[in-house]
Amino acid sequence: MNFLPPDFSPAYSEIFILVMVCVVMLADLAAGEKKRYIAYWLTQLTLIGCAFLTFTSLSEETTFTFSGMFVDDTMADILKLMVYATVSAVLIYSYTYVSDRGILTGEFFSLILFATMGMMVMISASHLLTLYIGLELLSLSLYAMVALRRDSFEATEAAMKFFVLGALASGFLLYGMSMVYGATGSLHVQSIADAIRSEVAHHEVLVVGLVFIVAGIGFKLSAAPFHMWAPDVYQGAPTAITLFIGSAPKLAAFAFVMRLLIDGLGDMVADWQGMLVIMAVLSMAIGNIAAIAQTNIKRMLAYSTISHMGFVLLGFISADWNGYSSALFYVITYVVMTLGTFAMIMILSRSGFEAENISDFKGLSKRNPWYAFMTLILMFSLAGIPPMVGFYAKLAVLQAAVNAGFIWVAVAAVLFSLIGAFYYLRIVKLMYFDAPETDTPIIVKSDVKLLFSANGLAVLLLGLFPQSLMGLSLYAIQNSM
Amino acid sequence: MLFGIPLLSLIIWLPILFGVAVFATGGDRNAQLARWIALAGSILGFLVAIPLYTGFDTSTSTMQFVENHSWFERFNVNYHLGVDGISMPLILLNCFITPLVVVAGWQVIQERVSQYMGAFMMMSGIVNGVFASLDAVLFYVFWEASLIPMFLIIGIWGGPNRVYAAIKFFLYTLLGSLLMLVAFIYLYQSSGGSFSIEDYHHLPIPLNAQILIFIAFLLAFAVKVPMWPVHTWLPDAHVEAPTGGSVVLAAIMLKLGGYGFLRFSLPITPDASHYLAEMMIVLSLIAVVYIGLIALMQADMKKLIAYSSVAHMGFVTLGFFIFNAYGIEGAMVQMISHGFISGAMFLCVGVLYDRLHSRQIADYGGVVNKMPVFAAFFMLFAMANAGLPGTSGFVGEFMVIMGAVKVNFWYAFLAATTLIFGAAYTLWMYKRVIFGAVASPAVEGLQDISKREFAILAIFAIAVLWFGVYPFPLTEVMHATVDNLLMHVDNSKL
Repeated sequence: MNFLPPDFSPAYSEIFILVMVCVVMLADLAAGEKKRYIAYWLTQLTLIGCAFLTFTSLSEETTFTFSGMFVDDTMADILKLMVYATVSAVLIYSYTYVSDRGILTGEFFSLILFATMGMMVMISASHLLTLYIGLELLSLSLYAMVALRRDSFEATEAAMKFFVLGALASGFLLYGMSMVYGATGSLHVQSIADAIRSEVAHHEVLVVGLVFIVAGIGFKLSAAPFHMWAPDVYQGAPTAITLFIGSAPKLAAFAFVMRLLIDGLGDMVADWQGMLVIMAVLSMAIGNIAAIAQTNIKRMLAYSTISHMGFVLLGFISADWNGYSSALFYVITYVVMTLGTFAMIMILSRSGFEAENISDFKGLSKRNPWYAFMTLILMFSLAGIPPMVGFYAKLAVLQAAVNAGFIWVAVAAVLFSLIGAFYYLRIVKLMYFDAPETDTPIIVKSDVKLLFSANGLAVLLLGLFPQSLMGLSLYAIQNSM
Repeated sequence: MLFGIPLLSLIIWLPILFGVAVFATGGDRNAQLARWIALAGSILGFLVAIPLYTGFDTSTSTMQFVENHSWFERFNVNYHLGVDGISMPLILLNCFITPLVVVAGWQVIQERVSQYMGAFMMMSGIVNGVFASLDAVLFYVFWEASLIPMFLIIGIWGGPNRVYAAIKFFLYTLLGSLLMLVAFIYLYQSSGGSFSIEDYHHLPIPLNAQILIFIAFLLAFAVKVPMWPVHTWLPDAHVEAPTGGSVVLAAIMLKLGGYGFLRFSLPITPDASHYLAEMMIVLSLIAVVYIGLIALMQADMKKLIAYSSVAHMGFVTLGFFIFNAYGIEGAMVQMISHGFISGAMFLCVGVLYDRLHSRQIADYGGVVNKMPVFAAFFMLFAMANAGLPGTSGFVGEFMVIMGAVKVNFWYAFLAATTLIFGAAYTLWMYKRVIFGAVASPAVEGLQDISKREFAILAIFAIAVLWFGVYPFPLTEVMHATVDNLLMHVDNSKL
């Protein structure tokens, strides 16, 4: 039998990043501590190179390779491009913060690149094994990143919690996947879908597997009732790492749901729809109500994430391209808003001072009106107030929910988002209505300043002209279904 | 369109752009520049709105000055603007009030001037957008966006309890609007993918769906109007807001709710409107009578005027839900007139507050001895607030009462009590503040109004008297639209 080498071309960017991780590690080893910026620029260069490779392969065709374990479609390309942009922004935002805290090590960059690669594999997976490998590559890198500050008690504790709960979730997922394998006899997403469609699979076994898979997805999305890890990890991890955990992996998690639940188990919609409805409503309830009680800004944003993931799930319950593209639109806007918010927390932090409490925002409009204005835009966007882009994201998923006949879920969603508006308003109140507690000048490097301003203005401008991003989401989904 | 200029876009975006320019002047070192840019922008904003009146065709009920472009195709949302006889007078009112508000804050606001002036300019453009939008999403965007500047105005420049008032204001109004959003999305689905408000006017909807949509709309608009029992944010917001904020709240923001009933509730859900009309009338009458009595008991002048606003707006909603031309036109006249009168009343209180830093009636007395010119203006506005014939306050109330008589004598009877209560609370306050012996050394030291204050109050006084004696220009423009609206309301959409 002849051995035919697989078509490597759809995976060029993954191969490139793998090579570059090694290059970054070695280069950093050679350059030493003084010249860490070399690793930084190499990492940025890697992301640009990946973006170039992905961009050139951008097409409306779907290509499978490695015996159908790996897929390259429009959604994958667009999501990967988003991931590169997000990771690149994370690096720019966190450079000063990380170097001030002595965790600007070579591992920082290689872990970020490994995590990025994990996300890329997840996004392009069309086989349960590939999905799982991508997920674990991402998760393990994240566990290590949370623990990067070895001398910090909180960070170590957070890493431990993250690891134990994450491992539990992975266990759930694997167990669910094995059930699905048992029922359908395949690990290929497409074959699983075919087996379910032709009703040869044992339905009861599938449903048991589905429950475990949905639970695993809930963990990874940090949707209630599987959200417990998020507040502790968000609070305990260094803010730069929280920014990373809270942003790009959500894009990968979206792809994960698409590949596993929609592409693979899409014909069991009657079974998972109800579960997602419950998870969505619970997430919005718990996230928004618990956030009110928080005084730690990172913890508050963790609960806010939980509630936003509830909204993302709303997009999935309609189980059609309209809903998926709405969910994708929501995830992208959420990532843009999260980047800005955590960036603001890092801007307020200095070496030796962590801006951790919401009271650190007091009087910001007097200390620096421009940053306060950008944060105002971000907060109103998170609260879903037009004309910020956060409103259109909510409009899109609510429309999907109403379209699927879940009017009462939509009503519950808007009522919980009303509760949510309170704690975002509280930040605005602190910035604009209260007097500053300190008049320490806010010193920020010019690239961060520029990126943060662009980030805030993007939230406003995407709100005034939402068609581009909405159209992109629609394009990504419609070409991949 | 006039001479190829998209007039409505200009009316909306000109103040907003000037607002951005005012913000750009930065800190308080450039305060004077910020003031002048704001004044120029607001006057320009009023001037560009005048062709809206002169070029208005009073013989038709169709939308005029229409602009329609695709905004985002994903949900078939259009940048669709247009005005009819209902929205045009309200836009003019808003453009008229803005320069006066800017001038009123000229000296009083010394801190963060550019942000103050900028917020009002933004507000003016956004509110014009609410009145001119013919697309539900566009309408919603403007509607919600108007909360942001108001929230900041109350919270930054307000009184001691401003934070509570600002957050209460924001969350109350947000609660109403979010359910309206769900109603819009439902209508989008049932109309087969359209957010056009005019499409909704012709869309058949079953009665139970109509009732739910009506209630969703009701929450949004009732909070804004505000109707009893969701009015409680208003006294708080008014009392804590700076004078300019109170004027804009009373003169403009409350009208958004009234406008919403005419543009959405009545034509989109006519059967539910008829079905629930009695409830609406009862709520309106409670506002007129009960809130009138509450106003009588207030010790704080701003609170008194705030409650009197609720009572007067009760007339507006009463006029809407008796479904005849007198009622609706009267309610419209009442909205415009209330814009002038309440705005002027808040300015008068502001004049006193700037001098004595107190709004308590008990702190005043004998002001007429020191401020005769001011007392004369205040007299006129107090009389207008009480509904004296010859002032604009009378016209609207009289028309609504006439309309109510046709439906039910007792509605009219209860509504008419406002002429007694209104006179009682307004004039009693006037007597205690203005007449009597000079109450304190502080009052003894009062200075009469400056030229700037005189100019603002004189403009308001002219408006109040003009529409009191000759309301025809106002009723003329709305006639065709109101007839068309009544036709819509009488046709069942089941």
